[in-house]
Amino acid sequence: MRKIYADNAATTSLHPLVLEKMMPYLTTVYGNPSSLYAIGAEAKEAVESSREKIAKLIGANSPNEIYFTSGGSEADNWAIKGVCRALKKKGKNHIITSKFEHHAVLHTCKALEKEGFEVTYLDVYENGIVKVEDVKNAIKDTTALVTIMYANNEIGTIQPIKEIGMVCREKGVVFHTDAVQAVTQVPINVEEECIDLLSLTAHKFHGPKGCGALYCRRGIRPEILIDGGAQERTRRAGTENVAGIVGLAEALELAISNMEERNSRLTKMRDRLIDGLLKIERSRINGDRVSRLPGNINMCFEGIEGESLLLKLDFAGISASSGSACTSGDLDPSHVLLSIGLPHEIAHGSMRLSFSDDNTEEDVDYILEQVPVIVDYLRMMSPLWEKIKEEERNN
Amino acid sequence: MAYTEKVMDHFANPRNVGEIPDASGIGEVGNSKCGDIMKMYIKVEGNVIVDCKFKTFGCGAAIATSSMATELIKGKTIDEALKLTNKAVMEALDGLPPVKVHCSVLAEQAIKAALADYYTRQGIDPEPIVGKIQECDHDHGCGCSDF
Ligand SMILES: Cc1ncc(COP(=O)(O)O)c(C=O)c1O
Ligand code: FES
Ligand SMILES: [Zn+2]
Ligand SMILES: [Zn+2]
Repeated sequence: MRKIYADNAATTSLHPLVLEKMMPYLTTVYGNPSSLYAIGAEAKEAVESSREKIAKLIGANSPNEIYFTSGGSEADNWAIKGVCRALKKKGKNHIITSKFEHHAVLHTCKALEKEGFEVTYLDVYENGIVKVEDVKNAIKDTTALVTIMYANNEIGTIQPIKEIGMVCREKGVVFHTDAVQAVTQVPINVEEECIDLLSLTAHKFHGPKGCGALYCRRGIRPEILIDGGAQERTRRAGTENVAGIVGLAEALELAISNMEERNSRLTKMRDRLIDGLLKIERSRINGDRVSRLPGNINMCFEGIEGESLLLKLDFAGISASSGSACTSGDLDPSHVLLSIGLPHEIAHGSMRLSFSDDNTEEDVDYILEQVPVIVDYLRMMSPLWEKIKEEERNN
Repeated sequence: MAYTEKVMDHFANPRNVGEIPDASGIGEVGNSKCGDIMKMYIKVEGNVIVDCKFKTFGCGAAIATSSMATELIKGKTIDEALKLTNKAVMEALDGLPPVKVHCSVLAEQAIKAALADYYTRQGIDPEPIVGKIQECDHDHGCGCSDF
């Protein structure tokens, strides 16, 4: 049976070249980067050269603006809690974000509400894109931080980050973006786009899990989140994940080096798949079709439920998702699909496919063969579908 | 979240899917907002449920519990069917993940709703026999209204 991994927005395979670069730091070069003897110094050197590489790849002015973290969630928590808590002392207690951020951002904002912050959750409209005007209008004297994701993890919509960055710069408000899904899929330059803080994580671009980074512009001083030793120039404690850091830098470099070619290939595959699946009656594509990550397909099929669709897809060898991985196990449809105005009953029937370098046109052919059959089968046994058809007949 | 082999079997090969055109009772429970609707058809002869079919919109557990519930009451007397509990459905499936327990409740309720319809058609008030049919047992706490 064919096996197709089409859940690259959840995580990706580890690139063999990345693993190769990581191996020495998992075996012979096990020294602590803080130690003075040779294998410590060698590890330190690997961390610092990775930092330099990453800084260049995202257009940062200095390697000192890159801080390693345990992943995207920690980078988001640190950026938001750190900046807000520091600025609260200066009388700022307002945060602007969007309704469809990742839980790493939304739950962090919820936690800050308990600390007395006021949070504005901006609308993302039917196309899943924040309006720059809305950001501008929401900013007030007390605004400590604007945090808007670069690209949405479920529906893949790309936000007008540069425009938002420029508005924030003009108004003197700190701007953070969770770019976990966008890095290596969209060209990013923190200087040109007026980004003050940016979160990224290696496992979304064929790097290892559990290793990410926060870009933090010079002059911005978020409060410390992880107290302890003096690592990361005293800003983030903990013995460095040396192999992870090396893997992060290598994966980032590899993925950016062939981004253009990959994006044009994936965009073609994506559009062919969407057009094909839209032939299924009462199906819809969620989120803007153009301002969209090259590998993201998110669709709803009326009359069926997402989990049973996923299980059937899994039987057919296709790994997909219905909302973000951390949402599964929840009984309610994803907050992202609700935020773009989908009614609950339609949001329940969603499917996300996300492609990477590992996917091919043959995958698209196979998915186009399987999905309509599965949708038909589930509709055949669905009393909701029966109702939908009855209403159609009566109209 | 992992399903047992039995759940996967009933999901992959659901028993008794379909409709009964001359059903003696039809029950429907659940709510499309929550993502589960179950519709049960029973055919009663004498005091025995000679046939039972279902249609379900819902998750893997919803389909598996519907399928198992039809198996558990098919060929049984009405009195036996009235005693069917969600616990019995769950046990027959070797258990369900905690977040999916409500699906087994829905399956029990769907059978009760079909039996209630059967009594109603006989001109008998079902409530003293079948009890109240709960529409929904879990809180719709998706938090979507919070944002
Ligand atoms: C948009 C977004 N932000 C944050 C995260 C969390 O990243 P990590 O899993 O590295 O903590 C993810 C991935 O799940 C994501 O998609
Ligand atoms: S039926 Fe309403 S919450 Fe489940
Ligand atoms: Zn269910
Ligand atoms: Zn809701």
